[in-house]
Amino acid sequence: MKREISRRDFVKTSGALVVCFSMASLIEPFAVAQGPFDTHPSHIDPEKLDSWLAVASDGTVTAYTGKCDLGQGMFTVQTQLVAEELGVSISNVKLIQCDTSVTPDQGTTSGSQSTPTNFNTQNLAQAAATAREALVGMAAQRLGVPVDQLTVENGVVSAKSGHHVSYGELIGGKHFDIAVSSNAKRRSPSEWRVLGKPIPSMDRVALMTGTFEFVHNVHVPGMVHGRVVRPPEIGATVANVDEKSVQDVPGLIKVVVRNNFIGVVAEKQWQAAKAAKDLKVTWKPGPGLPAQQDFYEYMRKQPSRELLLVNSNDVDKKLKSASRVLKATYLHPYQAHGSIGSSCAVADVQPDHATVWSATQSVYPTQHSVSVLTALPLDRVRVIFVRGSGCYGLNAADTVSYDAALLSQAVQRPVRVQLTRQDEFISENYGTACVIEQQAGLDASGAIDVWDSETWSASFGGRPGYDKPGNVITGKLAGFDPEAITPRPAVEPTGELHNGNNAVPSYVAGCVNGKCGGAGSIRSERVLTHAVKSPFFTGPLRSPLRLQNTFAHECFMDEISSYVKADPVAYRLQHLRETRIIDVLKAAAKAANWDARPSPKSNIARTGIVTGRGIACVAYEGDNGYAALVAEVEVDQASGRVQARRLVVAHDCGPISNPEGLRNQIEGGVLQGMSRALGEEITWDDRKVTSIDWQSYHTLPLGIQLPIIECVLIDRPAAKATGAGETAITLAAAAIGNAIFDATGSRLREVPFKPDRVKAALSLRG
Amino acid sequence: MASLSLKVNGRVHTVDVDPETPLLYVLSDDLQLRGPKFGCGLAQCGACTVMIRGRAVRSCVMPVSAVKEQEVTTLEGLGTPEKPHAIQQAFIDEGAAQCGFCLSGVILTAKALLDENPKASDEQIREAMSKVLCRCFAHTRMMRAIKLYQRRRA
Repeated sequence: MKREISRRDFVKTSGALVVCFSMASLIEPFAVAQGPFDTHPSHIDPEKLDSWLAVASDGTVTAYTGKCDLGQGMFTVQTQLVAEELGVSISNVKLIQCDTSVTPDQGTTSGSQSTPTNFNTQNLAQAAATAREALVGMAAQRLGVPVDQLTVENGVVSAKSGHHVSYGELIGGKHFDIAVSSNAKRRSPSEWRVLGKPIPSMDRVALMTGTFEFVHNVHVPGMVHGRVVRPPEIGATVANVDEKSVQDVPGLIKVVVRNNFIGVVAEKQWQAAKAAKDLKVTWKPGPGLPAQQDFYEYMRKQPSRELLLVNSNDVDKKLKSASRVLKATYLHPYQAHGSIGSSCAVADVQPDHATVWSATQSVYPTQHSVSVLTALPLDRVRVIFVRGSGCYGLNAADTVSYDAALLSQAVQRPVRVQLTRQDEFISENYGTACVIEQQAGLDASGAIDVWDSETWSASFGGRPGYDKPGNVITGKLAGFDPEAITPRPAVEPTGELHNGNNAVPSYVAGCVNGKCGGAGSIRSERVLTHAVKSPFFTGPLRSPLRLQNTFAHECFMDEISSYVKADPVAYRLQHLRETRIIDVLKAAAKAANWDARPSPKSNIARTGIVTGRGIACVAYEGDNGYAALVAEVEVDQASGRVQARRLVVAHDCGPISNPEGLRNQIEGGVLQGMSRALGEEITWDDRKVTSIDWQSYHTLPLGIQLPIIECVLIDRPAAKATGAGETAITLAAAAIGNAIFDATGSRLREVPFKPDRVKAALSLRG
Repeated sequence: MASLSLKVNGRVHTVDVDPETPLLYVLSDDLQLRGPKFGCGLAQCGACTVMIRGRAVRSCVMPVSAVKEQEVTTLEGLGTPEKPHAIQQAFIDEGAAQCGFCLSGVILTAKALLDENPKASDEQIREAMSKVLCRCFAHTRMMRAIKLYQRRRA
């Protein structure tokens, strides 16, 4: 890998002087205004075609994207997209991902937004379509043949006469110098030759042969090694650092202290690890932690920032008049991203510029944070994305990038920082703990007449964005404040329905200002959310809040259908009106050969192994993907152990760009969801986190008895493309919980469904 | 610090390191190999796995001085991108990865088992993989790839 991509290199490799980059900077002063993707305007103008694409004289296409491959397959599928729209083969496309010097600012690769952002009618897709039209136009002039009589194949534009000209001949090495056109016609899915095909992941050979470069493999000349010393207890602050305690560690270069941030730098990694371990630090204790056993109660009592998402203003009245009211409370713990590779970054901070090699999902926001942390001007900081281990959201990739920058600045040499597993487990931005209270009123026929949902989620810090480095541990330790939660009461919802967190159940009408954006038919509806301050850092973890909320909604729906003795699928359908969620629900039930009857099973044996099936569905973020999952489980009633035997997913993400990549995401998603549902939970005592390694934080290893996973892919070529990486995982806890209920008659309302918790629930059966 | 001689993937290297240094750090920092990776540093996940004398070894907790004359094989020592080893080919054919960070543990642990016991039962394969982690949960494809390799080598 090239450590410095010079402007000249780019001219050579991409054939055009694409981006006006140099460390001496041609960057305009940054405006405060928001850029196009909730970003800040970068020096690379997304309105210009040359910001996205260049064609070299040999026909090689270089494309630039601000959405990066985190292991979810975005590299392959974006390469397909460019090849498809331009009419070239994928081997002729070279994709450059997420580098503040050369790619447009597309914010953060997150929230299942990469496909919606780059595959619909804007950005990378539209740039490629614009380029194709421009090239065909140039060919028409060159060949003297009207555009509509020209065809494109493998980067060559041909007339019926046989005359032809290649892209390289038409534009090679030159700017397009035109704007991205919103009118450029996209290739229709019916014409697709590259998109829609099960193209295997392009990184697979390098991965399997151990030659792929991860950020952990970046080596910079003169690079030395850093480790950090994190506060052992939450909120502890530095009283004293005894640098003498490590003075004899060979190779030690420096002990770095900045406020409460402590790190060591040494010539070799092992020396840095030893120095970090041996360094004597006296910590002032933190404020202590609320007891874990009472934590959900504690959350409910905190001052909160309230948000009312829907309110039909008749909920209390309807609940009073309902023929029956059902209530239940669901609990979801903090969970870790727990990337298999503890996070790593390399930074080279010199007096007048900095380069950071980072697995961040957000190169531009990270550039801003590093600029703040190092006090270097923004245009002197370059952040280059290099893939890390799968992150599933805001793991420690950002914070370790800050660690590397701070340590490198202190020693003025390139520094590689490797976090330990414990560093990451005790201070990463966990997925949020949630309490979700549900109540529903039924009419005389047993249909749901009113649904009332109230949610508490614990939050602290989060994505640093462009101006909050304190949202992750390093920034906070170095003296920057996290974003504060200001308590405030709810106001009536305005505008339109916002269901980005799936706080609003699929079964309500979702009416705001007379416009009903929900997927369901229940007109009496109220959804109130509370954000309370968390004692731990939190941040997006795959399907953030959507998963927790969906667990509560889909289990509650199951409880109600059981109460009225209805089949869970039929009862869901009775309350849904959005076609796409109805279709996935029906498709999953059909593929699973759904046993239509009320839950739980009748005549359940009280001992031994019992089996059951459960279902759950979601309109992810309201409208960003649709999925349903049938789980078939067995429960060993003696041990409390739950095992899924079969997981059947029906999935609709609009036009399918790559069915192979999609299946991989669905399969991994449901299993990761199963692991989170069955075992994953952050634990703590009165001062510190106690889930600090893979023995105290329980993930499902490869050797488990795996369920059979079946995917039904619903292709909708005419629809907009949606995300697909977070849909299946959203459903696992709910479908498995519902299946456990079906098998045993016991309802588990708290994740994870650990054996002792399952046994406790079984013992409550009458 | 001490000068040590280390045979890795068919080549002999001389490195100047503290003999207590975990083998992983020597492989990834001094020799700049990309196969074995720092996952947990606690021998709990498998990402640092290498093969020594046909066995899968977790290099993050093995002092480099303990290697002595034994040859170390890393994931990149099995085959090459141009000519992958049969087990790597099976993983390629099954698309058995997402981020791919864990692959040294998955592939080398399975290879060590099947080299020793080509007819390992599903139960024995599961047992061998019971301390190997993949957090993308590409489990289904990985287990399929292992079975494919087993069938092909038979």
